[in-house]
Amino acid sequence: MKMLITVILCLLLSSLGFAQDNNKEIKKDTTKLEEVLVLSRRKLSNHRQEKTLSSIDDYLEKSNKVTMIKRGNYAWEPTINNMASERLVVTIDGMQIFGACTDKMDPITSYVDVSNLEKVTIGSGQEGTENGHAIGGGIDLKLPSSKFNGSGFKSGLDLGYETNGNYKATGLDLEYTGNKFFISADGIYRKSDNYDAGGNEEILYSQFEKYNISLQSGYKFSETQSIDANVIYDKATDVGYPALPMDVSLAEALIASLTHYYKPEGKALKSLETKLYFNTITHIMDDTKRPVVAIRMDMPGWSDTYGFYSKANVVKNKHHFTFNFNGFYNKSLAEMTMFSNNPDEPDMFMYTWPDIRTLYSGIFIKDDFHFSVHETLASSIHLGYHNNKIAKEVGVQSLEIFHDTVDEQNNRFLVSLASTYQLKKENYNLSLGLGYGERAPSVSEGYGFYLFNSSDNYDYIGNPNLKDEKALEANFSFKQKFNDFEIGLESSYFHIMDYIIGEIAPDVSSMTIGANGVRIYTALDYASIFNTYVNSSYKISERFAINGTVGYNYGKGNDGENLPLIKPFSYFAEFNYNTPKFNAALQLDGNGNQSNYSSQYGENETADYAILNLNLGNVFYNKIWKTVVKYGVENILDTKYSTYADWNNFPRQGRNFYVNLSYIFK
Amino acid sequence: MKLKYLLPIAFIALFFSCSTDNDDDAIVNETEGLELIQTIINNNQTIELYNEKGMFETGYNLVSLRIKDNTTDSYIEDATLSWMPMMQMPTMEHSSPKSTITKALGKDTVYEGFIIYQMTNTDASGWSLTLNYTIDGTDYSVTETISVFQYENQNTATFMSSDGSNYILALIEPKDPSIAVNEMKVGLFKMENMMTFPVVEDYTIALDPRMPGMGNHSSPNNTDLTYNNADNFYYGDLSLTMTGYWKLNLKLMNTNDDVLKGEDVTEENESSSLYLELEF
Repeated sequence: MKMLITVILCLLLSSLGFAQDNNKEIKKDTTKLEEVLVLSRRKLSNHRQEKTLSSIDDYLEKSNKVTMIKRGNYAWEPTINNMASERLVVTIDGMQIFGACTDKMDPITSYVDVSNLEKVTIGSGQEGTENGHAIGGGIDLKLPSSKFNGSGFKSGLDLGYETNGNYKATGLDLEYTGNKFFISADGIYRKSDNYDAGGNEEILYSQFEKYNISLQSGYKFSETQSIDANVIYDKATDVGYPALPMDVSLAEALIASLTHYYKPEGKALKSLETKLYFNTITHIMDDTKRPVVAIRMDMPGWSDTYGFYSKANVVKNKHHFTFNFNGFYNKSLAEMTMFSNNPDEPDMFMYTWPDIRTLYSGIFIKDDFHFSVHETLASSIHLGYHNNKIAKEVGVQSLEIFHDTVDEQNNRFLVSLASTYQLKKENYNLSLGLGYGERAPSVSEGYGFYLFNSSDNYDYIGNPNLKDEKALEANFSFKQKFNDFEIGLESSYFHIMDYIIGEIAPDVSSMTIGANGVRIYTALDYASIFNTYVNSSYKISERFAINGTVGYNYGKGNDGENLPLIKPFSYFAEFNYNTPKFNAALQLDGNGNQSNYSSQYGENETADYAILNLNLGNVFYNKIWKTVVKYGVENILDTKYSTYADWNNFPRQGRNFYVNLSYIFK
Repeated sequence: MKLKYLLPIAFIALFFSCSTDNDDDAIVNETEGLELIQTIINNNQTIELYNEKGMFETGYNLVSLRIKDNTTDSYIEDATLSWMPMMQMPTMEHSSPKSTITKALGKDTVYEGFIIYQMTNTDASGWSLTLNYTIDGTDYSVTETISVFQYENQNTATFMSSDGSNYILALIEPKDPSIAVNEMKVGLFKMENMMTFPVVEDYTIALDPRMPGMGNHSSPNNTDLTYNNADNFYYGDLSLTMTGYWKLNLKLMNTNDDVLKGEDVTEENESSSLYLELEF
């Protein structure tokens, strides 16, 4: 491992050494490895058709690198490289934000909506760690950038309806853009009843209702300086989680930020962006809709985060440097009250997250060194100081029941290094990358108290003495073009040391009635995760195209056991027809049999499946408005299926007809 | 401009100068934090009985006493005291486990001891307390009716063991349980006869705390209680994973490890016949 760090450091240094080289030809576009999903609600996507009113979750699911873990029809949890929340860093425009649910019912992606965002940047492995320390990668949900182009007043209306679940969605946005000032407001409302799985089987507790409003405004002081304020308020109520024993009565977030932009001209410093932000989340679980429960309980959680970042882009000769200095303070508190079935006995109470404070500050430096016309060497380093504190004395004491030593505070120093070589030629692309990353345990992994996992049916106890999880990573991608045919291969390998996972504590009795027992977070010596995808596309004619993807994933611990939530063999094929005003796509999406499942962690062999989707889109122009219609059928054959990422194998949606209408007024 | 820097300093100075030290040598109230249970008047003396709650309850009661000389209105600092609680039953009478009375540590006028009331009548009646004390070589005695209220939980257990003897077990700590590993302290006494309850030494009390309301949930890392000959009580670790009602299932073993009372808690056997209760 030390050798690898040395190699990466050498690469970093050697690339800096080349800085003296003078070359007038500066490549303007910085080649990004990250995958970018453009949330173009207004355009007819010519590749993969989406509904204009798709949720963020739907969008993310379309990405090759992301798989969504589903516990219901709402608030899916993204995974990258077969790694979920704790191993990812998910940010909103660089802002740290942490869910307030101990049972992962509120991934960050559930607190924003498509109307809030411009694009989503997905970075695999250490490529995604600009905003934080992660092993699996990063997702940054980008807010719209400020506009001072004087385009005036604009508005849009979106309407959507889907037959399965009687799902309704409405979106409205208003925007005024002047030369020095802009303001935009949008709102979106979604409501769904229970959906039906294949064969008209109603999935109880799969309903949800939510709305989201956002307001953004900016002012331009001068040619070089502007300021921008953004507020998002998101509220979901009556959200069912068919795969879990509880639902959610409230998931509420307020996300606010103030950003200052400085863009000097003709200097090495291209931009300096400084943001101050705060966000607050309230999450309340609810079991009142469930007729039979072992015991009634309340489980509220709160998460507040305050932070800042300051990010500079400097272009010097063939180097493009990114500096990002950032810090945040988070307060996570969750509690549980159980109402005794015996009226003579008092209610039972515990802190499931005993008011954990996290203080972080770090610096990220990246250099994209374009050392020849076709070649780039991108190297980055991220150093961070991470402090956890248990603010409630009872939190220390309660963890002492399970651990001999529990320190009130825990300091960590985290390091991330990455280096990628990229070659871009007319007909082929090649990239090779190495990385090393560390992460601190999540609040649940470090300090959780009796957190029930309904998939393996164990209560989980945090471990404040966990070591940092560390990963060595190698990735490779290659793409070759032969006239109208293109084929590509993408592959990553992770060797993860001190891989954090729950281990059964024998003789410890579960708190949750009916659970199998208790697992305490501990670490495997190491685990290996590997994935590879082959993509190909063929353009048959100007209007017809076909593309397909085949994927293979592997994940095992040092004990030879399979890791949980590793995607089985998967495939996707799409047949496209496109004209400027009409498009159609027929999709085949499927997974092989999940033979390498983790029975230890409650998985079973999820059967293979394949579904067919048909998506259509039209666009109509008029003098005053443009109309976009998207419609189609999902799961045409009404297949009843579930995937490896469906919690407790609850089945997914059966046949669904949908239509989305968008009007854009100018 | 300078004011900007001076103001915070001025505020800080003001803040620290305002904080006064509360070390005044006021007259120390030796019964601070205690509530008066009852006063017993015996001619020239008044005996004041205190504890934290201001009332006697079944179970362990730590009692503080003061004797006031009614003529001088001052508290006596060099008395020797003993006591005898007595329960009057329809057909017989009996006493209860108790300690000797000694001067409270670091106090001049307060004496201290404990009494474990193993039972009471529903209307708190039945008990009386006899106090014998000596002041300056003169012996005094007084007997007064007292009220002993039933505590809401089973904090004491009276039982006959398999060796045919009767024992009394009383929970002393935790007084303020928390979600933590609590120190558990109990007193164990043998009922030799109606009036004598000596401390039982060197037995072992196995501990298995459970929450019957939570599917008989138990907690990890509890330890069996063992005898401490420094203060004659039994000590062990009691882990409580949440607030609520806990049943502390116990099993009493003698020095040969023979089980005198109590059973293991299993799937079939929800609770031991020997237990104490706790709520918080």
